[in-house]
Amino acid sequence: MHDKTLTQLAASLKSGEFSSRELTSHYLRKIEKADGTLNSFITVTGEQALNQAEAADKARAAGDTGLLTGIPLALKDIFCTRDVKTSCGSKMLDNFIAPYNATVVEKLSAAGTISLGKTNMDEFAMGSSNENSHYGAVKNPWDLKAVPGGSSGGSAAAVAAGLAPAAMGTDTGGSIRQPAAFCGITGLKPTYGRVSRYGMIAYASSLDQAGPMARSAEDCAHLMNVIAGHDVRDSTSVARGVPDYTESLNAPLSGLKIGLPKEYFGDGLAPEVEKSVRDAVKVYESMGATVREVSLPHTHYAIPAYYVIAPAEASSNLSRFDGVRFGHRCQDPVDLMDLYKRSRAEGFGEEVKRRILIGTHTLSEGFFDAYYTKAQKVRRLIRQDFLDAFEEVDVLMGPAAPTPAFDLGAKKDPVSMYLQDIYTIAVNLAGIPGISVPAGLAGGRPIGLQILGTHFAEAQLLNVAHQYQQATDWHLQLPAIAEENA
Amino acid sequence: MQWETVIGLEVHVQLATRSKIFSGASTAFGAEPNTQACAVDLGLPGTLPVLNEQAVAMAVQFGLAVHSDIAEVSVFDRKNYFYADLPKGYQTSQMYHPIVGPGEVEITLEDGTSKRIRIHHAHLEEDAGKSLHEDFMGMTGIDLNRAGTPLLEIVSEPDMRNAKEAAAYLKAIHSIVTYLGISDGNMAEGSMRCDVNVSVRPKGQEAFGTRAEIKNVNSFRFVERAIAFEVERQIELIEDGGTVVQETRLFDPERDETRSMRTKEEANDYRYFPCPDLLPVVLDEAYLDHLRSQLPELPADKRERFQSELGLSAYDASVLSASREMAEFFEEVHHVCGDAKQAANWVQGELSGALNRENLSITNSPISARQLGELLSRVLDDTINGKAAKQVFQALWNGQGENADEIIETKGLKQVTDTGAIEAMIDQAIAESPAQVAQYRDAEPDKRGKMIGYFVGQVMKASRGTANPQQVNGVLKAKLDALL
Repeated sequence: MHDKTLTQLAASLKSGEFSSRELTSHYLRKIEKADGTLNSFITVTGEQALNQAEAADKARAAGDTGLLTGIPLALKDIFCTRDVKTSCGSKMLDNFIAPYNATVVEKLSAAGTISLGKTNMDEFAMGSSNENSHYGAVKNPWDLKAVPGGSSGGSAAAVAAGLAPAAMGTDTGGSIRQPAAFCGITGLKPTYGRVSRYGMIAYASSLDQAGPMARSAEDCAHLMNVIAGHDVRDSTSVARGVPDYTESLNAPLSGLKIGLPKEYFGDGLAPEVEKSVRDAVKVYESMGATVREVSLPHTHYAIPAYYVIAPAEASSNLSRFDGVRFGHRCQDPVDLMDLYKRSRAEGFGEEVKRRILIGTHTLSEGFFDAYYTKAQKVRRLIRQDFLDAFEEVDVLMGPAAPTPAFDLGAKKDPVSMYLQDIYTIAVNLAGIPGISVPAGLAGGRPIGLQILGTHFAEAQLLNVAHQYQQATDWHLQLPAIAEENA
Repeated sequence: MQWETVIGLEVHVQLATRSKIFSGASTAFGAEPNTQACAVDLGLPGTLPVLNEQAVAMAVQFGLAVHSDIAEVSVFDRKNYFYADLPKGYQTSQMYHPIVGPGEVEITLEDGTSKRIRIHHAHLEEDAGKSLHEDFMGMTGIDLNRAGTPLLEIVSEPDMRNAKEAAAYLKAIHSIVTYLGISDGNMAEGSMRCDVNVSVRPKGQEAFGTRAEIKNVNSFRFVERAIAFEVERQIELIEDGGTVVQETRLFDPERDETRSMRTKEEANDYRYFPCPDLLPVVLDEAYLDHLRSQLPELPADKRERFQSELGLSAYDASVLSASREMAEFFEEVHHVCGDAKQAANWVQGELSGALNRENLSITNSPISARQLGELLSRVLDDTINGKAAKQVFQALWNGQGENADEIIETKGLKQVTDTGAIEAMIDQAIAESPAQVAQYRDAEPDKRGKMIGYFVGQVMKASRGTANPQQVNGVLKAKLDALL
């Protein structure tokens, strides 16, 4: 069952080939066997999942079903789930049980899907390797010495290893696309505002966006049909009609204009990644697409701008974790200041502290204009780069990350870690959608092709990605661990 | 040296929305602690603010009432600081682009003169919760019911020159917001709070002195007292060779003094930046026009109309227009009895006196405006005299009758204007007071006027107050003089 895509599983459930309970049990067994090694889940909600599966089977028997009824999924532990711990990968929230569901969780539940549990992640979504988790690093299913990427590393690893057919992730600076690339799965970061952020623990509010991570673009389209749309509880979600993302999956690509940003093929790009990406572009050319080079001249400012804006917002967003109302509280505080200092010193990990410090500094009196205001100007220029490019071409293509997955512990220096996100981060600053699709393997580690579109072009991205997956089978390949534990 | 005081006020007005500024929780006062704080107010992870449109409308109404420029685009910023009753670790406010731009308010002083006070801006923000330091065995209790309550912070220019002007300004703001119905203006419940910026400078000097900010002054009286203390403190300090330091001070009404809370060096760096969870508020002309068309008559317009149309004095017009409730009561009394002067006298005199004695507001008056108006009609048409009117007033106050006519009837207070009956009572009074008649006769002519009062009293007593006093006076004088 685990080698099937979500779309195929939905068909099997519909035809009665197996029940949701059988399917859910299958995934729970796989988690049981493999996750001791991978560490992709923080919380597994087996009993609840089986109950939901039985309810789904009953609903199906009664004829009351949607396309995804009975499909098990995994949720990044950043989405608040009523009655189930939501840790955000942090000691700070190790004891936190939200009294409500995130909108994404509500919508998935209303669509009849089943939650297998909550996946591991970099603490508060800050990281590109999933090594910053209070619950320990996640291992890449393709190579246990390698990282799965981050911050949605648990979701990516779980899907790649066949522990869940799909998972929800979030992407603030590449956190869906880079782990999807490292783990050989398909991950879509929608346009900012396309999916509600309500109940998603905020890292950098103006950049955070939830999206699906699955085996195929088609799977992602089905999930987007469920999660996209305006939410009155999130003022930044956009009131704009939601198309049926599956409808245009098979639109032909002849005449598609592809742009290759020259800045995405420069120094630092591993040759094997470049080869895979250029091979993928050739596949598109064979389908009748045209290719030209374009320029995104402000690309090299993206990382510095991001590391001003995101930590600034984070320093404020994470102020609520103060030990007063919920979360970690230090032992026997002597006064309020002591309570704050020790609770936060004990509850937050190193990378989170680093970003809070950076953000606090850049917002400080005397530095605000030089950092924050300047970074916002850069952000507008970066956005304009993309808008200009989309005047010329329909989509942009390039690598999702400069290299395939690197080894656990390989990047000790924060700046070298930050450079991982060089091709993904500008997309968040511009607010446009991007998708990463498996496009090769190098040394047994997957390589991701990133496809970018203009605002609200998700349907087009899914169409372009799906057509590639009709012509290639990189997305169907599974790591050995998925088969071993079958 | 002659000193001049310079005062600016920051008035925090709690807006009378049903729910909070960024959540659906109720804003009602006095509920059990933490029963009116939802996930958003508690700052739970993942929750997001959604702006209350009613709060925006109220801020705009205020802006229109003080002739401000309303910002086409205003932006919410986060003011970051840690405090136990500030759940998110930041207060959502408007630092750089407030909704209400420069405007002005006219204040009326006790001598009847008026002055314009400029408003720098007014911005929307959320209130924090409350820290309770008693009853928790040395710990602090946090009540977040108030967290997220919408506030409009109205910042004046430093245009006031003494405590009276500051109090008059605060009253003017109070009267505007209650007229608009955008706040209940209840200072005791904290619906209106005020920070006072005070500095002094040698008279004639243009540059401002260093100011102190006095926090949380929550009554008209305290504003005057806090300023009086602070001005004296600053002058004394300078005259003794010291310098005023920029600092935040707290007014202690128990001791009638201000105390240093924190100096500028200790001040927080609030690290303001635009709140990424909220979109900019964009208002178009049509929206402003709609709200403008809904504005009620405001205190300044009412005051003007009371003078020009009703012929009231500047003072009366100003007192009667000070609150919407007072003005509406007066206008109803006037409408019923038809005589503005009489209505003004009674509302400010008998009624206000009685309300003050029993510590009641005009909205809780036991006598309705209609009842008072009907009573005054009976005075105006000479059914009763002024003295009887006071009795009827008291009876209505005590609930001894539905209306003036009923009380006049049951108490037999109808004024006696029948000349024959009055003459009979006068004759009787004269006959029963030979000694007083003799005194009257022997008195110097210019003293007799005063002595006539005794006989009037006797006649009024005999009529149980119902005789028409003017009539009694006239006939008495004629009859006594005839005895000379």
